[in-house]
Amino acid sequence: MAELDALDRRLIDAFQRDLPLCTRPFAAMAERLGVSEAEVLERLQTLQQGEVLSRVGPVFDHARAGASLLAAVAVPEAECDTVAAAINRSPGVNHNYAREDLAREDLARDGQVSGIDYNLWFVMTAADEVQLEARLEALEEELERPLLRLPMVEGYHIDLGFPIPWAELGGP
Amino acid sequence: MTQPTSTTMIPRDEAAPWRLRALLERGLPLTERPWLALAEACGMSEGEVLAWVERWRREGLIKRMGLVVRHHALGIRANAMVVWDLPDEHVSEVGRQLAAEPAVTLCYRRRRRLPEWPYNLFCMIHGTRRERVLAALDEIAGRHGLQETPHRVLFCRKAYKQRGGRYTREERI
Repeated sequence: MAELDALDRRLIDAFQRDLPLCTRPFAAMAERLGVSEAEVLERLQTLQQGEVLSRVGPVFDHARAGASLLAAVAVPEAECDTVAAAINRSPGVNHNYAREDLAREDLARDGQVSGIDYNLWFVMTAADEVQLEARLEALEEELERPLLRLPMVEGYHIDLGFPIPWAELGGP
Repeated sequence: MTQPTSTTMIPRDEAAPWRLRALLERGLPLTERPWLALAEACGMSEGEVLAWVERWRREGLIKRMGLVVRHHALGIRANAMVVWDLPDEHVSEVGRQLAAEPAVTLCYRRRRRLPEWPYNLFCMIHGTRRERVLAALDEIAGRHGLQETPHRVLFCRKAYKQRGGRYTREERI
């Protein structure tokens, strides 16, 4: 894990959702934290380079901004990294994870497993549904595997700006 | 050039707001005047950029604005995607209940794909250790009477990509 000190943590805690909307936002943030604007910029640059921050800026509402879809594909374990790399190269992919179903592995040991083991999960975005479907079809053709398409029907809570559990993460 | 206010703003270049959106999806430049840098890159004034962003925030196109964390990189890696097979007539109600649980970070209904995928409600629980996430899930299932509801728990094993969505067409940038 990246080494974050108290100032890094205060920055994250204070500004996951309330970036000041003014001409010098980092100066405004610095003032609130009692440090210099240069210090804030340096911290943000380091956190971004260290991949702790995806970016500083807006999070768009996926439904208003365009089209998006959660998709999954079942891949033999040994091919996961190769297929995941192809998915990553595909235009519009913004999240891509290998997932494992622990209960399913227990069932498999008992010889009771049935159905398809979807183990690569990704989100694809596009400007609209037509472009999205074209991208999915192109990827499907490249992978030579069917994609499970799971469009969202209703969102109840979509916000990853939750408080970071620093105590659980340890460190200073 | 005088800077227009949000009420008098008349965009002269219709593509400019699209260029701004495309740039914003990639995040702010980390410089003292990030809006000015964006303005210069997309052919607007700094005031126009701020007015557009303010408007998009108000209209809900922008949900939040700030530091976007990569939880995996921070060490929050025990991320469970819990999928439930609920009767269609109950799924919205249960979805709203689960969304109100502090441990649930994302919650939505998705289309089933029978026969291969019967699950219609998804919720995400982010944590640092799988035991804790599973304990939280047990408590939640107990509170909402979901112990007997068919469900699966898919933990993240590896993060290959985690970045913001890109919705603008390349030719608009």
